[in-house]
Amino acid sequence: MASLTPTPNPLFLLVALALTALAADRPTPPRFPSPIELAFSKDGARLFALCEGTDEVVAYDARSGSIVRRIPVGRVPKGLALSPDGKHLYVANSWSDSVSEIDTAALEAVRSLPAGFEPNSVVTDLAGRFLYVANRISNDVSVVDLVTGAEVKRLVAGRGAAYLALSPDGASIYCTHIYPNPGLHRTPPESEITVIDTARQVVKDRYRLPNAAGVFHVALSADGRLGMAAQLRPKNLVPLAHVEHGWVFGNSISVFGEDVGNAVGEVVQIPIDELDRYFTPPFAIVLAPDKTAAYISTTGSDSVTVIDIPKLLECIRSATPAERRTMANDLSASANYVVTRIPVGSAPKGMVLSPDGKRLYVANRTDDTISVIDTASRKVTATLSLEGPAAPTAERRGERLFFSARFAFQGHFGCANCHLESTFDGLQWDLEPDGFGKDIVDNRLLEDVAETAPFKWNGSNPNLETECGPRTEKFFYRSESYDGWQLADLVAYIKAMPLRPNRYRLASGELTPAQERGKAIFERTRTRSGAPIPESNQCAVCHSGRHYTNQQLADVGSGKPTDRSPLIDVPQLTNVFLTAPYLHDGSARTLEEIWTVFNPKDTHGVTNDLQKDELNDLIEYLKTL
Amino acid sequence: MPRFRWENFTKADGLPDDHVFNVCVDGDRVWAATENGLGLYQKGKWKVYRPQDGLAHRAVLGVAVDPRTGDVWVATMGGLSRFSAGRFDNFTQLSSGLSNDVVYGVGVGGDYVWTATAAGASRFDTRTGQWALFNERNTPMYEIWTYNVSVGKDKVYYAVWGGGVLEYDVKTERWKDYNDPDGETEMVVLRDQGLIHEITTSVSYAEKDKILWVATYFGASRYDGRNWKNFLEKDSGLPSNFLNQVKALDGSRAWFSTDKGLAYLDGENWAVYRPSEMLVRDAAGKVTRIATDTSPAHQYVLAVDFQGDDIWVATAKGLSHGIRIK
Repeated sequence: MASLTPTPNPLFLLVALALTALAADRPTPPRFPSPIELAFSKDGARLFALCEGTDEVVAYDARSGSIVRRIPVGRVPKGLALSPDGKHLYVANSWSDSVSEIDTAALEAVRSLPAGFEPNSVVTDLAGRFLYVANRISNDVSVVDLVTGAEVKRLVAGRGAAYLALSPDGASIYCTHIYPNPGLHRTPPESEITVIDTARQVVKDRYRLPNAAGVFHVALSADGRLGMAAQLRPKNLVPLAHVEHGWVFGNSISVFGEDVGNAVGEVVQIPIDELDRYFTPPFAIVLAPDKTAAYISTTGSDSVTVIDIPKLLECIRSATPAERRTMANDLSASANYVVTRIPVGSAPKGMVLSPDGKRLYVANRTDDTISVIDTASRKVTATLSLEGPAAPTAERRGERLFFSARFAFQGHFGCANCHLESTFDGLQWDLEPDGFGKDIVDNRLLEDVAETAPFKWNGSNPNLETECGPRTEKFFYRSESYDGWQLADLVAYIKAMPLRPNRYRLASGELTPAQERGKAIFERTRTRSGAPIPESNQCAVCHSGRHYTNQQLADVGSGKPTDRSPLIDVPQLTNVFLTAPYLHDGSARTLEEIWTVFNPKDTHGVTNDLQKDELNDLIEYLKTL
Repeated sequence: MPRFRWENFTKADGLPDDHVFNVCVDGDRVWAATENGLGLYQKGKWKVYRPQDGLAHRAVLGVAVDPRTGDVWVATMGGLSRFSAGRFDNFTQLSSGLSNDVVYGVGVGGDYVWTATAAGASRFDTRTGQWALFNERNTPMYEIWTYNVSVGKDKVYYAVWGGGVLEYDVKTERWKDYNDPDGETEMVVLRDQGLIHEITTSVSYAEKDKILWVATYFGASRYDGRNWKNFLEKDSGLPSNFLNQVKALDGSRAWFSTDKGLAYLDGENWAVYRPSEMLVRDAAGKVTRIATDTSPAHQYVLAVDFQGDDIWVATAKGLSHGIRIK
């Protein structure tokens, strides 16, 4: 009788064995600490460094600068905050959707608390009873009862809720956002500072930030009269025709509060750039306790900008209301209040002042160090090591390049200006001199792009080396760009970017009933009336494979009169739930609009025969990809 | 029976429009849903929101406030708006999973926002952004014109215009319908054996007592889970069978908004409030007329809400504030 068990092909076995051996020999890539935020213990004895790359908090003896303990937390921690009594340290684990509570005496994590999608920042109220968590993907702020450990409510914030600061009187919490609020297509971007009333635990105000997209840390002065938020002002509505004179990005600070003299909620945006030099992107802000100075880390410029606050306030107060509204675009203004720029390590991010205010500590993300600045001399006097791997890998070198602005003309911007923290910026750009107003393109997520050639929305770049190499030099940086080695490193980094977890798939891997129904629609080959759908118009044919792209060009009828060609490189759909707006030019504000507004002739899949709930099911399924 | 001193608001006072479809009280704030904008009355002043301010559509049909967050959900003829600390976010049938842009009613329960639309019911999960739609394909409803929703912790009720009442059990996630045993006739043959009429306009669930009140164009009903009690103009204190809304205080007491005045039932006795008069009808049916110095703006009443002992009344010719006379 013939065996029912198939006999393996010997050649296949040999190859499989060889591959397995190779894999076994391949070393696990080293992980680099990548410090991004810092905090001091209440007594100043400990310095805590949050390490995004190694999922840990490193505790230093603040006096000796030696590492005392490495405390594991959740995945990709992004923010930390001390409880008012100093007994606990809270860490937002952005890819675990949780908050770790660390006992600062025992130096270990003792509890895991709930949060929304992609928690980025945490702060407690003044009593230490409630914890507030900014959730970047769910666009809200969780309020967590620290006694019960339960989330009691969610407050709707702006898009990309990311950074929190508690006012000194404890009455308010300010929340900033890394993405702009949804708006109409090709209109100026706008963000907001969401202001939370901690007594009622409701949102009480939203300060409008016109023309801002990409707002980072917010900080309040010790007397609560002055607030400052670090931000980008992208000029995405004009063609990227040149770089000088602040043509692409304005790096600025939103200033608010009683000291400014405006109405409540009316901010003044001030530039930190100079006429021929840019400091980008501004990330963290620390105000000196006596309000004489503000320190701003500028990640791509490897420096800390120091602002004289009295001079800044004098500059603002002496300006007319009209001048205040346009001050952000006056590149000569910063000469009135910027005191100095202090060179630090590679990709400076979070900062903290020592309790006595004499030293400023700066986390340098991509060289795994902490610069210690003497605030009197404004010089780096020491450097602490996170004791990461001794030698950088190609990916690590590439990461440094990604976050650096030094290649662009006058240091204007780097990859990370648009691909914020390796993602996107929620904006559409007119990128190249192919005719002003032509080929408007939506910015795209960079995770999971490695195997999705060709690149660029029109598919004209066959590989990442072309995408990031000469094209970047010629059409973006307008300056000498990467050499061959650097380009290889940069591409290695981009290809290695890990994919963030999908928040809509069940942990079991199963689909919900709605998602199952949606999958059936995605994969259907016939309309509701039974007519066959041509293969070229079946969702699962173009959006096929592991990344949901067949890597071909297609005309789905989404071309606009301003597009040189209607042919589009079929985009991958991984984590598509995150990347609004949609279509090549970002004209579809939501997934629904792809079909309810932009598919009148069923050229982008057959959808006009679907009932509304069927379309909802399809979208529920797409959100799981 | 409660007596009020009435203070009336019209466009002349800052109300967006005299046609007031609904009213919602949120502490010291009063929201007026009008034909031409959303009005907010606070500290003696009116503020008006219209599409140029971000509102989805100028015709506002319903308002609900999330008690946990203070967010205001606004049902309009052109979609659903969320108003939060000065910012409007809009959900339409094109831009979101909302079933239809004609949103007649909205209610909030926990993390969910329930809407009654012209094409069925929708439920929005504010945490995940997921929409669930309910229509004739997945519920017993045979008409999909949902007119009003009342949200409780254990039950959610829909008034389905021409389709009776639908009940959603939160725990089992199952739907059940309640219909007029007389069918779609205008006769009442089987009195107190079911819903008074299929053309329902409003539901109000008194959750503590587990009593459902229903308003229809042909009378009112009260359901205790087993027994129905129907109210008609001819043998109750209702001034009319044409009801726009019912709003319960509890299992015994409710307010009825009709085309001929505002009625109140305290369990036994009725009161009617309308221009120039107040009527009281006792359990025996004796009617007494009480002269009043002030009265609601108009007898065509669309909705009410309560502010402590006071009452706010949406009418066809303005918004009335009934200040309780102690």
